[in-house]
Amino acid sequence: MRVISGTVPRWVDVGLIPFINILLAFLASGLIILLIGEDPIEAVRILIWGAFGTEEGIGYTLYYTTNFIFTGLAVAVAFHAGLFNIGGEGQAYIGGLGVGLALLLFDNSLPFILILPISIAASALFGAAWAYIPAYLQAYRGSHIVITTIMFNFIASALMVYLLVNVLIQPGQMSPESREFAQSAWLPFMHEAFAWFGVEITRSPLNLSIFWALVCCVLIWGFIWRTRWGYEIRTVGFNETAAVYAGINPKKIVILAMCVSGGLAGFVGLNEVLGVHHRLLLNFQLGYGFAGIAVSLMGRNHPVGIIFASLLFGTLYQGGAELSFDMPKVTREMVEVVQGLVILFSGALALMIKPTVERIYFILASAAARRASAAEG
Amino acid sequence: MKQILLAASAAIILSAASASAADVKPAVVFDMGGKFDKSFNEGVYNGVEKFKAETGISYREFEVTNETQREQALRKMAQRGADPVVGVGFAQGPAMEKVAKEFPDTRFTIIDMVVDLPNVQSVVFKEQEGSFLVGALAAAASQSGKVGFVGGMDIPLIRRFACGYEQGAKHAGASTEVIQNMTGTTPAAWNDPSKGGELAKSQFDRGVDVVYAAAGGTGIGVYQAAKDSGKLAIGVDSNQNYLHPGTMLTSMLKRVDVAAYNAFKGAQDGTWKPGIQVLGLAEGGIDWALDEHNKGLITPEMQAMVDKVKADIIAGTITVHDYMSDNSCSY
Repeated sequence: MRVISGTVPRWVDVGLIPFINILLAFLASGLIILLIGEDPIEAVRILIWGAFGTEEGIGYTLYYTTNFIFTGLAVAVAFHAGLFNIGGEGQAYIGGLGVGLALLLFDNSLPFILILPISIAASALFGAAWAYIPAYLQAYRGSHIVITTIMFNFIASALMVYLLVNVLIQPGQMSPESREFAQSAWLPFMHEAFAWFGVEITRSPLNLSIFWALVCCVLIWGFIWRTRWGYEIRTVGFNETAAVYAGINPKKIVILAMCVSGGLAGFVGLNEVLGVHHRLLLNFQLGYGFAGIAVSLMGRNHPVGIIFASLLFGTLYQGGAELSFDMPKVTREMVEVVQGLVILFSGALALMIKPTVERIYFILASAAARRASAAEG
Repeated sequence: MKQILLAASAAIILSAASASAADVKPAVVFDMGGKFDKSFNEGVYNGVEKFKAETGISYREFEVTNETQREQALRKMAQRGADPVVGVGFAQGPAMEKVAKEFPDTRFTIIDMVVDLPNVQSVVFKEQEGSFLVGALAAAASQSGKVGFVGGMDIPLIRRFACGYEQGAKHAGASTEVIQNMTGTTPAAWNDPSKGGELAKSQFDRGVDVVYAAAGGTGIGVYQAAKDSGKLAIGVDSNQNYLHPGTMLTSMLKRVDVAAYNAFKGAQDGTWKPGIQVLGLAEGGIDWALDEHNKGLITPEMQAMVDKVKADIIAGTITVHDYMSDNSCSY
């Protein structure tokens, strides 16, 4: 006979509750779509088909997913140390600046085999540097990390605009964008990579950086749960006083966690600048840093959960675009409402249904246990 | 029987007519500002709505929300057989260049940018000329000799507005002082009326009594602040004189609506041509607005002065320096 303990099993917490949350979000969205006079079932069909129905759709979905994995991981690492990194947006932006500067310097002189590690290092370094300052201020000056990281988003934005409008802009060009990188330095698109093996797929912005995103998931899993640093990060996150007692210096951990977090966010720049746009431009990071918070919350700060949550957000982004394409009444603001509801239900209201679900689970579980013991007896 | 035949033939004629009308399947891709930005995108929206109302031909539309969607939207339009496809704003340039190469049989029109391809029509405007006109008008209307400029996002295009405005103001009165502010450095600066209002008020405190806003939705706050303080304001892109009759001195008109309408209409009646169209004062693509809402503010002397400046610019006796030709405002 099983003993009913005070906690629900893990699958309820990481599987069932998020699933119910998403279902609630879609229910609410369906009501709104019904309200504006469109068919919600048809809307869901278009959304799913738009995200997975065509090679191009899948490509776009996975391309968005790549960005969300990076920012989701970034938020998760900071979260394990008990820090709320709202600055993913700015760190991604500056990470892109790192890639852009590296490419503008080296794209004509170095082979791709060197460009790639340099770009990865540059994006991580720049992203980490941008996170280091708020981390330092939090650790040694007590300035709250939420406030400083938000402010650093604006500073990043102002810095990028200054650089692109005044310094890096291609002369005689209308848009504030740098010159295009030499084609030999581009990170190959997925359709190009497939073509090497003789398989033809439709072109999309999906590029090889998705593999780097998956590698990062494995690395971060190992980092958080299999290294001393990860252990220290989690200890500080659980209980800072206990961490001090255990001989851990929380100040150093704050800086470590934030730098890893910023570096991960910086990889968005890798996907966008090196993989898709092949030039430095404004606002390529728009929204991914903030969505990363929701991705991480929904994925319960675990790399596997983050992959699934990223896929969901990728689906919403790509399917949502398709939705506003095919349903004239569904404007882009409507799509944002649907995305916002998903964030609301699985982020802010994540714990709303938890007590109810747990109660139902215990009732069912104890009923099952009674039946089992009755059968035994 | 005869009636049925008549009705049937009428139906056939009607369906034939609608079939030929369906030959153009126009589409428009709005940019990040959104189609209801009261300014640039909305101008295009008004143009294509006019086309729809006149011809009964509906169009496909899409509003992009991130950098990557521009290319996606343009390609999707072309894939689904839309022709012509109008792209709104300079930011769509690189995306249109790619997509237009992939679909050489589809006609593309881009507003505010040049894409040099055989199937692309590029429509650009000489904003500096219109800004010069309203700058001269601002200096003439100013009592204090100080005029203000509130820009949206700090990008070269908006500095072109500011530079033309400054030249116009100095042309009308060499001692005129021009105070400039940009609302911000992010796209949010296009839609921040409260900050626009604050900037305008701080300029008023420094003695400015005419302010020109080239800031999209942010301008709404600038015009409101001018009304509240009893100062004058100048609108941009669309004719915004009606917003606050009595304090709206004029508006600098950039006829993106005409450009969009012409692209659709030209494709329908076969007069659409690829290549670059530079629309300035001479072509009627740029102008200043004089209507019943602001005619009380424009004295006959001011009107005569502006008409003279306009004629001189068209004739070439006044050359207006373009900020974007050398990324500086030295003239």
